[in-house]
Formats: sequence, C-alpha cells, structure tokens
Amino acid sequence: MGVRQKGNKMKKVRAMKRKVLYVLLIVMAVVYMMPLIITFTNSFMGSSEVENNYSTGSLGADEYVDMDVVPKKATLSQYASLLFDSPVYLHMFWNSVKLVAPIVLGQILVSAPAAYAFTVLRFRGKEGLFFLYIIVMLLPLQVTLMPNYIVADWMGITDSCLAIILPGIFNPLGVFLLRQFMKSMPDAYIEAAMVDGAGHGRIFLWVVLPMVKHGIAAVAMLTLLDYWNLVDQAVIFIQDSEAQPLSVFLAKINSGELGIAFAGSCFYALPVLLVLLYGQEYLKNGIAITGLKG
Amino acid sequence: MIKKRKRNRILPCMMLLISLAGFCFFYLIPFLLSFSYSVMDNPVSGKFCGMLNYKALFQNVYFLRGIKNTAWFMAVSIPLNVVLSLCAAIVVRKMKAHSNYFSLVFLIPLAIPSATSAFFWENFFGLHGTLNRFLWIFRVEDIDWLESSYGMAVMVIIFIWKNVGYNMALFISGLGSIPEEYYECADVEGAGRLWKFRNITYVYLTPITFLVLIMTFVNSFKVFKEIYIMTGEYPPDSLYVLQHYMNNMFLSLNYSKLVSATYILTIVIVLFVVCIFRAERKLSEDLHY
Repeated sequence: MGVRQKGNKMKKVRAMKRKVLYVLLIVMAVVYMMPLIITFTNSFMGSSEVENNYSTGSLGADEYVDMDVVPKKATLSQYASLLFDSPVYLHMFWNSVKLVAPIVLGQILVSAPAAYAFTVLRFRGKEGLFFLYIIVMLLPLQVTLMPNYIVADWMGITDSCLAIILPGIFNPLGVFLLRQFMKSMPDAYIEAAMVDGAGHGRIFLWVVLPMVKHGIAAVAMLTLLDYWNLVDQAVIFIQDSEAQPLSVFLAKINSGELGIAFAGSCFYALPVLLVLLYGQEYLKNGIAITGLKG
Repeated sequence: MIKKRKRNRILPCMMLLISLAGFCFFYLIPFLLSFSYSVMDNPVSGKFCGMLNYKALFQNVYFLRGIKNTAWFMAVSIPLNVVLSLCAAIVVRKMKAHSNYFSLVFLIPLAIPSATSAFFWENFFGLHGTLNRFLWIFRVEDIDWLESSYGMAVMVIIFIWKNVGYNMALFISGLGSIPEEYYECADVEGAGRLWKFRNITYVYLTPITFLVLIMTFVNSFKVFKEIYIMTGEYPPDSLYVLQHYMNNMFLSLNYSKLVSATYILTIVIVLFVVCIFRAERKLSEDLHY
C-alpha cells in the first residue's frame, strides 16, 4: 500500500512537472512568435494608424512606440494598395522568385552529384579538397563578395542578377551537407549495387538519391530561406530598382512607406512559411547524423 | 578488371568536376588572385608595398574594434546557442503529440524577412521602444538599448532568437537516432538522469554537435544583416563588427584594406576549423575504442 501511494505521488509530481513545462513552453512560443504576430495583425491596420503608432520623430521623454497587437480598426487597405494600386510590388516579388528559383535548383543539381563523387571516389587530396569547400562555406558574405565581384567583372555581369545566381549555385554548403548525409548511409547498399553490375549513374539515380531525398529537401529549404531574404548582394549587383527583389524594398521600409510595410512583409514571408510548415520534417530528418569526418 | 574500374570512375569524376569548376571559378581563383590587392598600395595603379597594408590594419582602430567585437560575439553566442538549442530539442521532444507545432514555432524566425525582424527589434529595443515602456512600470530610466553598452547583448539575443530553431532541428534528429533501448537498459540498472545524459545522450550526440557548431559558426556571421538594417554603416561602437569594416571598405572601394582584412579573417577561420576537426577526431576515437 505504501509503495502504491508513493507511486501515485510520483505520477502526480511527474504530471505536474509536465504541465509546468507545457506552460513554460507555450509562453516561450508566444515570445518567439511575437514579431510574426505583430507583423500579421498590424498588416490589417490602416496606413495612418501605422504611421501614428511607429513614428518616433515627435515623441518626447516617456512616450513610446505603440506596438499594438490588435488594430483599432481592421482594414484590408494595406493589402489593397500592395496588390492593386501599383504593380511594382508584385513585380518585385516576381523578381525574387526569378532570382531564388534558379539558385535552389542549380544548387541541388550541382551539389548532389558532387557529394556522391566525394563519397565514392578515392583519390589523394580528397579530404584536403573537401576542407577547402568547408573553409569557403564558412567565409562570411563580406569576404566572398569581393571574389564574386571580380568574377562578375570578368564576365561583364556586374549589373545583372546572374552575378548573384551563378555563385549561389556553386555555394559549397550543399556539397558539405549532402556529403555528411551520404556518409551516414551504409556502404553495403552501394557495394551490393556494384556487385549486381550497376554503374555509378544508376547507383546514384536509383540507390543513393532516393535515400538522401530528405537531405536534398533540407538543402533546398536552407538555400531558399537564405537567398529569399538576401539584401546585400542585390544592392551591389542590381542597380536598376525595378529589378530588385522585394527583400531589398522591405529593408528600406524604415525610411519610406511604413504604411504597407506589414502587409508587404506578410506577403513576402507567406511562401517560405508554407515551405517551413510542410517541410519541417525534412529539416529534422534530412540531416546527417554522422560526424564531420568519414 | 582494372580497366573496368578505371572506366567506372569517369562518371563520378565528371560529377565532381562540374562542382569543382564552379567552385574554383567563382570562389577559389578570384579569392587567391585578390591577394595581389593586399600587397599593393592602391588598387588602380598599385605599387608593391609588401606587408604594409597588414601592418596598417593592426593599427587601425576600426579594424581592431571589429575584430574584438566579433570575437566577443562569437565566444558568447555560439556556445550559448548550442546549449539552448539542445535544451529546446530535449524539451520539445517531450511534448510528443505537439512537438511538431512547437518546433515549427522555433523555426519561424528563419522565414521572417530580415527587414521585418530588424524593424520589430528596433521598435522593441529603441529609445521609445516597447521594452522601455515595459520597464517604465518599474521606473527604470529610458535608454536606447542598441546604443548603450548592452548593444552586444541585444545582438546576441537577436542571433539566438533567429538560430535556435535550426540547431534544435539538428539536435532533434540526433536525439531521435539514439536507440531507445539504451535508456531502457540504463533504467533497469537504476541509472540517474544525469548519468544517462552524460553517458548516453552526450556521447551519441557528439558527432551532430560538431555539425551544429559548424552551422552556428556559418550563421553567426549573418546576424550582420539585421544589425546593418537597424543601425546602418556606422553603428554604435559596441555593435561594430568585422563585417561592418569590410562592408565599408568595399563600398569606399578600398580594396587593399578589404582584402588584407579578409585574408586575416580566413586564416583565423582555417585555424578554427582545424581545431574543430582535431577535437572531433579525438572525441570520436574515444567513442569507438
């Protein structure tokens, strides 16, 4: 009886702990979502309400920005002016698509075969070469910008989105992540296929690719998330403001049209949010569980 | 037999060559060629000047400030991020049925446009921001958090907010790959929670922790984007990182200084990666034998 009571008590404590954890996590989640919540709800404010809430120019001491969650008067006017008043925003959205889609596609088409080659080939200096890939992957954008600019200059594309797309396709991140993933695959699969007489082409297409498809999805998502929000490269390589992606326009909202900034942000974040919603499983499963070294 | 093996190699070699060609053409070769800028006195009609640019950099206030702040930022934010994402992964996994919703929440910052999050944080930490409004209740003096000496802390918070999600996803996959039986065995033996963490979780997560470290390192440079949108080319001293310096040198066409700085940074990164690899090799050997 005593033991049973003790067991019950422990169960109660455990359930209690679980509830506390739950509540804590929910609080954290709300804090985490705050920027998204604010952006979403404020996108239903009229532009005058937005200007009113966020203009800091006339504020004195102890006066604050009104980061209201609920709009005083909900309206779709921001979305209306974003989508219908001027074609510029839709045009810039389309620019983003045209910029990012080739990068994501090219990144996959180049890195998956290269990662496979790194997995099956054995040659002297392979690890050294891979080390170079890792180093370049780690270099911040501000370091690779200069090499990118030099090449764009050679090719005469300094004022073109090609100057962003081409280096993006050959970004070493995909090769790195996919090779990690292929390493975690048992060698036996490839060996068995070889014994059966399959060539590398068939092994790659029918054995390896299906096994790493989650990894490929993960690389595609990471590349998308990264380039969808690009600002710096576009400012440098695309002089024509008509050809800029929407992310650059959003970066300028602080000084300009605050009124439709929130609707613009929601509009721009929606596609990537959907990708995250449907693809988060790939991010979690599409990741190498092996270490860095083979 | 040998002939056949040789022929077999052609396709993988081609696969590698495509990537390698692009990699060399767009990154490696121009990067190596740019070295010449760093040993010339100016990029247009340059004369060889040896290590003068490098020497000048180490006397440049802005460069030194950038190095110092970047080093501080990384030293604090990378370990903190790794630990917090591991905690998040463990807790989120416990929420069995709802774990997907929670992990999505932590991933959401990745999908918010940088400009949008920068706008939010600016209005949160600014002089007339929401944080000050909240602190006013406790009669705390208004300060501009970004401009103050807490600027670095703000930068760390923004970084963590944005990057915990992806690392958490990595850890969740790592935790999921540890066989449940190990824990059950330990339970049977009556092992404590701490023992289980140290001897099972920690050991089997070691490989993925290195991947997390590498990815966190890559992402730690990217916080610059938000900071830049918020504070522009000349931020308060406490927020001035190496990327500001390089960015400003690029914009002012001062390629000699820019390239010298990038070479110094690259050397530091190479050293960092070598250390990481050494540590991993040692730990994974301990794991196997």
